[in-house]
Amino acid sequence: MRADTPGFAAGLTRRVSGWLGRSTAQAVAATEQAALRSDRFRLEREGEWRRLEAIVVRIEAGRLRAVSDDDLQALPVLYRNLASSLSVARETSLDRATLAWLEALVQRAWFIVYGPRDGLRSWLGRFLGGGWSAAVRALGVDLGIALGVMIIGTVVGWLMVASDPDWFYAIIPGGGGDVRVPGASRAVLYGTLFGNQDQTGLGVFAAFLFSNNAQVSILAYALGFAFGVPSILLLIHNTTGLGALLWLYHGQGLTWELVGWLAVHGTTELFAILLAGASGIHIGRAMAFPGQMAVLDAAAAAGRRTALVMAGVVLMLIVAGLLEGFARQLVNNTGGRLAIGGFMLAFWCAYFFAWRRKVD
Amino acid sequence: MTDAAVSDRASARVSARASAPGPANGWRGALAQRLRRGRGASVPGAPVLTDEERRARTVITPEGVPLSLTLASRGARAAALLIDLFLIGFTMTATTLLLVWMAGGIGISEKDLNANNARAGALQALVVTWFIAMFLFRNAWFLSFELGPRGATPGKRLMGIRVAARGSGRLTTEAVIARNLMRDIELYMPLVFIGGAIEAGSDTELAGWSGAVWFAVFVLFPFLNRDALRCGDVIAGTWVVEAPRRKLEQALSLGTAARGASAVSGAQYRFGEAELAIYGEYELQVLERVLRDNQPEAMSEVAEAICAKIGWTGGKGDQRAFLEAYYNQLRARLEQGMRFGRRKANKHTPGGG
Repeated sequence: MRADTPGFAAGLTRRVSGWLGRSTAQAVAATEQAALRSDRFRLEREGEWRRLEAIVVRIEAGRLRAVSDDDLQALPVLYRNLASSLSVARETSLDRATLAWLEALVQRAWFIVYGPRDGLRSWLGRFLGGGWSAAVRALGVDLGIALGVMIIGTVVGWLMVASDPDWFYAIIPGGGGDVRVPGASRAVLYGTLFGNQDQTGLGVFAAFLFSNNAQVSILAYALGFAFGVPSILLLIHNTTGLGALLWLYHGQGLTWELVGWLAVHGTTELFAILLAGASGIHIGRAMAFPGQMAVLDAAAAAGRRTALVMAGVVLMLIVAGLLEGFARQLVNNTGGRLAIGGFMLAFWCAYFFAWRRKVD
Repeated sequence: MTDAAVSDRASARVSARASAPGPANGWRGALAQRLRRGRGASVPGAPVLTDEERRARTVITPEGVPLSLTLASRGARAAALLIDLFLIGFTMTATTLLLVWMAGGIGISEKDLNANNARAGALQALVVTWFIAMFLFRNAWFLSFELGPRGATPGKRLMGIRVAARGSGRLTTEAVIARNLMRDIELYMPLVFIGGAIEAGSDTELAGWSGAVWFAVFVLFPFLNRDALRCGDVIAGTWVVEAPRRKLEQALSLGTAARGASAVSGAQYRFGEAELAIYGEYELQVLERVLRDNQPEAMSEVAEAICAKIGWTGGKGDQRAFLEAYYNQLRARLEQGMRFGRRKANKHTPGGG
């Protein structure tokens, strides 16, 4: 490497003495003693390699603080030197053990130097500060498809129950005690919408609703893998129930009361389900019609884009769970409920579509 | 697709590993040739690869260094998954028991849930904690570990494998999220459906079983493609590779024996051109392994074999010095050839050096 510079012997001594744990004179002697040129190549660089290995081991163990600033600064350089050492060794050395060790170490260092860069906090900052809404907008036409499917599902649910009320029991699998059935009186239905302020255990209810809804929306997303068809079916299945309920309350003149009751959390929750379904459809479409890309690349690109949306969907469902668990029971009039729901809808729309911030 | 075509493509991918001992050596070579003849010569000269060679992939780092990766075997991944599931189940149970114990500790029971006092508040807080903890264990276990610097869950770490981006890209947070969201239909849904199908009565049998079959496709997905990708890997653009951790072994040319002098007998081993020209790189690496293992029986066996080949009568009890001398002189000769662009893969390769 630098065998002719005057400081070479001193530098070499320093490098080699560390790992051998012998006196410096002996260490240099060992390097000079090596009979093979390829072993001398190795011994000259081994100190640097060991330093990189020590850094890599500490970072892998999650002890980033144990790595000194000097070491951290030297990491990219050490890595590049190691990579070039490996290239040279492949062409000049037949020492299999050393080559295998070098390969493994280059691989480990590569994963660290080119690994996931940002910590959770900076990722969250980028995510909330524009990354999420950009990913939602990138879904494009799939949002429209999902919305269309949900509207069709609602209308179909309504029409089915209107033509034959028996469908109601098929669409809404209620337990024996559920009073919300065709033929129920206005007072009974009214009672399900209002007068629950003194109910206790709201926090538990909210947590249960969240974990249940989040699991369903993750399912809607994951099912997109089968070319989006199951995602669409799941959206339809969920919204026919909505249509059936609307029909039921409409019959007793309680349409707006029901809309208000649903809107508190529904604008957030249905929006989240819409996004999850649209993400599933997006993946399905990317796989069915990859365009110029290979199918695998198209699927991977769609998957990474929609993963951001899905992380946001889980967040939205936390909000929806809180609204459903607390706000709906505590706000006992339709006007207030509609105001909360309308505000949430306006907020999400503005956040996703009006507020456009560039993220790097 | 025929096996030959598969191995042909795989061989194109592993061409960067030309220095690895090819399968045309010794008995393995003979076996390979016989297999090739048995399969018919549709692709003449296509090597039959071992499992490990079939899993070898090469990516080019941004520095332009070809980096060889080995895909994790499906067995290792299944084992890693089972370990993780066991750990998740264990932590879930432990958390539940801990919360129940805490509830018992502050002296409350489920009757307090609908009351309206301080104890109800405490109990509700515990129940909410439980819901959130269960959700996190189910969904965030894989996520948080795979985002760490090792890119692996505890199960994967134990099996020595990790998640990486396909190709030479960076593993991103989005990719890890995407690959783990898919677990729901790959793992939990098939379990639910297959369990449901087994439990179902005669009227739902057909629907239950067709659902089970449909979901079985997701479980079997890794067996249906060359890179052992599961659905989540396809969506995220990732794959799972082996993450070997090795120790650096001693350099072999350090001692006096490497220069040919034996410390035991004081003999000087010097080999001539003809005696060194017999062997190639493959034999050199076998010899290296024998020297590093340092088993006396193996060493004397190899020493005898070499002596027989080159027509020497070796001294008893001095095998290590003899082998070290032969190893170093053979390696010096082969490495010199390498520097001039002449390589001798094994003893059957003509010339070299």
